[in-house]
Order: sequence, then structure tokens, then C-alpha cells
Amino acid sequence: MGLRDLFGGKALRRGVHVPDCKDLTGRLPIRRLPFAPMLVVPLSQHAGAPAIPIVREGQEVVRGEPIAKANGFVSVPMHAPATGQIERIAPAPSAKGDLAPAIYLKPWPSASQEILYGAPQDIERMSPAEIIAAVQETGVVGLGGAAFPTHVKLKLPEGRKVDTVLVNGCECEPYLTTDHRVMVEQPKEVLHGARIVMKAIGAGRGIIGVEDNKMDAVEALRTALGAATDIAVEAVPAKYPQGAEKMLIRVLLGREVPSGGLPSDIGVGVFNVATLAQLGELLPRRQGLIERVVTITGPALAKPGNYLTALGTPLRWALEQAGCKEDLASVILGGPMMGPAAGSLEVPVTKGVTGIVAFGRHDVNGRPRRIYPCIRCGACVDACPLHLNPSRLGTLARKERYEEMETDFHLNDCFECGCCSYVCPSNIPLVQYFRVSKQMNRERKARERAGANA
Amino acid sequence: MCGKELALAPEARIAGETLHCKLADSIAGLPQMAQARRESGLGVWGKYPYLWWLPHPELSKGIRMFEYVIAGGLMAAIGAVLAAILAFAGKKLYVYEDPRIDEVESMLPSANCGACGQAGCRAFAEKVVQGELAPGKCTVSTPGGIIAIANYLGVAAGAEEKRVARLACAGGNHVARNRAHYSGLDTCRAAALISGGGKNCSWGCLGLADCERVCDFDAIHMDPHGLPVVSEAKCTACGDCVEVCPKGLFSIHVVSHRLWVACKNLANGEEAEASCEVACTACGRCAADAPEGLIRIVNNLAVVDYSKNRLASDVPIQRCPTGAIVWIDAEKGPAKGIEAKKITRKSPLPVEPADLPVSTPR
Repeated sequence: MGLRDLFGGKALRRGVHVPDCKDLTGRLPIRRLPFAPMLVVPLSQHAGAPAIPIVREGQEVVRGEPIAKANGFVSVPMHAPATGQIERIAPAPSAKGDLAPAIYLKPWPSASQEILYGAPQDIERMSPAEIIAAVQETGVVGLGGAAFPTHVKLKLPEGRKVDTVLVNGCECEPYLTTDHRVMVEQPKEVLHGARIVMKAIGAGRGIIGVEDNKMDAVEALRTALGAATDIAVEAVPAKYPQGAEKMLIRVLLGREVPSGGLPSDIGVGVFNVATLAQLGELLPRRQGLIERVVTITGPALAKPGNYLTALGTPLRWALEQAGCKEDLASVILGGPMMGPAAGSLEVPVTKGVTGIVAFGRHDVNGRPRRIYPCIRCGACVDACPLHLNPSRLGTLARKERYEEMETDFHLNDCFECGCCSYVCPSNIPLVQYFRVSKQMNRERKARERAGANA
Repeated sequence: MCGKELALAPEARIAGETLHCKLADSIAGLPQMAQARRESGLGVWGKYPYLWWLPHPELSKGIRMFEYVIAGGLMAAIGAVLAAILAFAGKKLYVYEDPRIDEVESMLPSANCGACGQAGCRAFAEKVVQGELAPGKCTVSTPGGIIAIANYLGVAAGAEEKRVARLACAGGNHVARNRAHYSGLDTCRAAALISGGGKNCSWGCLGLADCERVCDFDAIHMDPHGLPVVSEAKCTACGDCVEVCPKGLFSIHVVSHRLWVACKNLANGEEAEASCEVACTACGRCAADAPEGLIRIVNNLAVVDYSKNRLASDVPIQRCPTGAIVWIDAEKGPAKGIEAKKITRKSPLPVEPADLPVSTPR
């Protein structure tokens, strides 16, 4: 036991306590959402190159059949989320607001929707390289929201070793209970997925970190674990943003990810529980990711719940199924701290959507909040889990000194958790400033590169 | 030697007898003087033993005088050496610079806008004096100013055609629909990062005036419908608006590019028109009416091939049903064709109600 444990235990030192609002759905079992009359499967649901469609318009596909192949290593294939017919391959609204190419799939109402695709494979006999290739085939990406292809994380650069796999079951965002229910209902799949990942990455031990507001999940995992000692389940005090991988590593292992580095730099691999549950379920059967658990919740819904949702289900359909009341004002993809507001209800559920939070007209104040000047109270500095100085960064962003923010104040370490904006008494939209600043820096660098090449 | 004398007979020194030593003697005798002082046990030195190296206040003014002279001489010597180095460097490292560069620079507007393609007015002046660029390349100078530079250098003014920024969108809030209401940081950049802003057309102008703020020449103003209007007279084609627009709607064109497609919507015709009343629906009438190859339909959008600009006229715009393609007249501004749908609405369109969900709980 180190000094860290003596003083304050394993709690996150910075961050904020947010009302968790998880009671709406935390005890509701996972149920299946009906298929929408039209599923829109975007070709880019993940970080990396968009997939390449391998179906034609008018083609009939069965559920689970690959409909798009990976374009390179940092890319994953797509699988048909339902048995039906490919209507067209055309641009569709995306969560980013632009139109991105997507496959329109019309499910057949009379189809049995059995997953006939796939073949059993024995993970025990597979080498790590084979497992990595098989993981790419399943199309599994980080289901915690980042949607980074899982197989890319498993493939370590030469000479790098990972000794510990952290399984992230914190789910610190308010409202979301996806990971919670997955842990309670599919603990065996989570453990199986964790062992697959440990084998592929060559790690000797695994730790599942769960926030202590989900003790039933801890119980379920410990029961499923039995006497096995390769994986430990640890409860960590609930505090936002405990579920950020850098925070979890620091609390569970006492290691710090270097600025601009990756967890694998310090011998850790972090995976989300929902990702591992899907892996544990799909990989032995050699099937593809076609659906995911989405917490559809919020005060505007009559029937909030944890729904097993086919990828490509439009938000409008999902909200209607969850009993949307008429006075909808704001729909957030993911949790309310980090998730973007949806600009259109035609946006489909993709692999990275952990939740849909709907607020009615009476739940949110529609008027823009007035932004007051910074009073230098330092609340944001106290809240920032990365020990950055959001106040100074915000001031610089207002002055459009974007380059200085990056070089002198570590702008790129900010992972936009939103703690600073949450605590700011002056309503300064700090995270929005930082997003703009990061984008301006990216564009400036692209221009400089273009200028250097020209 | 007076130094020796000093050392041997401190009392004598105090009496001020042997004070007219030469400068050199004084220097040579300093350590001995100090020694003598310590030994003499004079009051001040007993109190401040660490000041042994200073001339005793009781000692004569003459010796201190000499020390001032030493110090002054040293400073003068250092100054002389440094001055010599500077003088040498000034000769050795001298670079001849054409005095006309300064003169030309002073005639330029000092806007440092970069519209000429150079790093600033100074860089431009250098190129002009070298004869690589014509003075007319500067689009910010007045015609009189350019002629003055040309006359000063004795070169041709160079008939550089004026270039301006053009906006490829006509979707003000009275014609373009919004699918969502954006509230947050009041800039286009910030709005574009949240689901692309509230506009239904994901290519369209967000109307939060980033371009108006970034323009150093007061050439961009927002019209009542939240659409930027570029003043051809004031625009210097510096390109700041091109960089700042998150939707990439601005581009720099020579003013003779009068045939202009004020739309970037790549959606198919019906979808485009559903989101904006002045969108290009890719009907192809302009392409059919234009001389061969001047206008093509690429990705559901009419594209003007400006290499054939001399064939351009206001004929192709006449049958455009939405008025997406316009003829930008030098005096009257953009003009739509006669068949373009007339827009009489002045008030902004409401946020699309059809995009809110209909409650069908089961």
C-alpha cells in the first residue's frame, strides 16, 4: 500500500461530481429495439479510413453478412445489421453534420432475422497475430465512444510490451447505463473478451475497474470470475471523468501516460467492457458486429431503457420506440458531458454511440446562456483532471493565439471531458473554444505542410 | 620609489607628504598601500576589514584622483576597441541594398495582406525593384499609387486584374432551412463543430460572421438575411475569409469571372431544393444554354470552367429555376435570370418543424 492509498484512497483527485441520473435505466434489463423500416449503415463509423462497400444496390443480404470491407489496417468491415435488401448506396446525414456515404438497407419484415453467417473458431489454438486479424474481421471498434478499431490497439509496435489489460467499466458519464447492464447481464462474455485481448496483446493480468455506484456489476463479475486469479475486479470511487483511460490508469496502477503518448507507452492496454463483451461473443463464432447496447434515455422519453439496437437505426426511430414525447428540444449522442448534440434525427446509431439522451422543451433552457468574463476563480483549474489551465487556455483562445495554446499550454492533452465548462461560473464554453482551437491548429499545420510540399 | 615609501611610512602618507606619485607608481604600490593600511590599524579599516582594497578616506585626494583616471581610461579603452570592431564589421558585413526598395515600400499601402502572393509589402517592394513583379500586382494600392511606383521605377504599371473573394452560397435565413437551432459560442467555426451547425444544407453558410470579423479591409458585411456580402471595391483578395470559413465557401476570383454558381450543395436536386430555395438542383439548363464546355454538371452541381471565361455571358443564367447561377454585374451586383423563382419573403424561415419527431408511443 502506497502513500496514495493512505491519503484519499483510489479516488480521482481532480474532476467533478455530477448528478449521475442513472436511476432512469440502471435497473432495466437490456431489451431489443425493433428494426427500423430503413437502416442506414455509414461506411465510416470508426476512426480511420471508411470501409469499401462490397454489395450492389438491390442485392439481398442476410443478417451478419459482410457488406463493406476494411480499407487498410486502420479500418474495419461492416456487416449487415438485418436480413433485407440493399436499397441504395448514397450519402446520408452523419453525426458530424455533413453527408457521408452510407449503405441503405431495407430489412424484410417477414425475415426470421437469424444470424446465419459465421463459423466457430477455436481461440485457444490461434496465435496472437491470427486473433488480431480475426478481431479486425469482426468489425469491433471501441464501443465506449471513441470507435477506435480494437485490432489496431492490439497490434503493438515492435519492442513494446503490455503487461496489464485494464477493462474500463467505469461509465462515468451521467445517464448512460450501457456498460453497467452489459457487466450485469454478460459478465462471462466480458471475461472471455478480456482473456482474448490479454492473449492477443501478451498481457499477464487484467483488472476490471468499475465505479462504486455499480456494485451489482462488481458482484456479477466476481461471481463469474470464481476462483480465477488472472483477472481482478476493482471498485473505484465514482467521480467524473473516472472512465477516461488516462484517469483509470492513474487510479488503478499509479502510472501516468506521458503527454502526447498512448497507454501502451507505459505497458497498459485499456478496453471498454462493452467492446470486450462483443468480442467475447462474436469472435468464437466468427461473426461481425451488427448491433450494440444503447442507453436511450432522458426526461423526454416515456420508456427509457437499455436497448440492443441494430447499427444504422435512425435516431428518430429509436426515440419513437422509446416513447418520445412531442416537445423534444435537444438530443445528445453519448453522454451529456462529452456527447455532441445531434443536428438531425436522421442520423443513424453507429458503433460509437453509447447512448441517446433526449431532453424536452421544459428540461433545457433553450435560450443561449450569457457568457460572462472570466473572474479567475480557478474552479476550472481545480476541476481539470489533466492539470491543465483551462482559464488561461480560454483567454488565449479568445485572442486567437492558437499556436501558443498548443506549444506552451498543452492544448492537445485536453480530451474535452467538459469538467471546466461544467464548473465555470461565468458560463464560458471552454471546451468549445478548445475544439475550435484544435481544429484551427490542425488546419494551420495542413496549410504549412501543403506550403512545404508546393 | 614612492610606493615603497608609502609602505614603510604610513604616518607620512597621512600627513600628505609624498602624494605626487606618478600613475604607474600608484598602481604598483596599491597592494602595499593596502598592506600598510591594515598594519596601521586605522579606525575605519578596523571597522570594515573587508574594504582593505579601497583607498582609505583619510588618504589624500590625489591618489583617489588617479584611480578615477584609471577607471575612466579603462572604459575609454573598451569603448575604443568595441567601436573599432563595430566599424570593422560595418565595412566587412556591409550589404548593398537598393535604396529604391525603401522608397517603393513607403509608397505601398503597408497592409501586409499578402494578396500579391508575397510575405508582405517589403517583400513585394523587393520583387518590384528587381523587376520580377509589376507594381500592379498590389491590389490594395489605388491606381494612382501604382502609377506613382511605376513612374518612380520607370517600369510598366502592369495591368493586374483585380481579384475579389466570392461566396459560393446564397442561402440566407429567408430561403435556407434550419434543421436545428444552434446555441453556443457565436462563431461559425464553433457551430460547424457541433453537428455541422443547424443548417439543413450541410454545405451552406452558417451566417455567424466569422468572415466579417476576420476582414481587415471592412469589405465583408452581413446582409439582413445573415449572408456575407463582399464589397468588390474594398476587397483586396487577401484570402483571410477563405481560410476562416469552416465550410470553405469563399474563393478568390478575378472580377471578370462574372458567371457565378452561388451554391455548393452536392445533394440531388430534390433534396437540395428542400433544404434551400436557391440551391443548384443540377437541372442542367445552364449547361445546355452555355457555349460548349463552359458549364458542366459535376456531382449534382453546376461548375463553370473559367478557362473558357471569354465565352461567358448572362445567357446561361436565364433559365435557372432557382437562381443559383448568377451574373455578377460590376455596378449592380449579382443578378438572377428571368425565370428564377422570385423570393419575396423577408423574414427568416422557422426551424424545420418536420424534423422534430412525431410521438407514436406504443
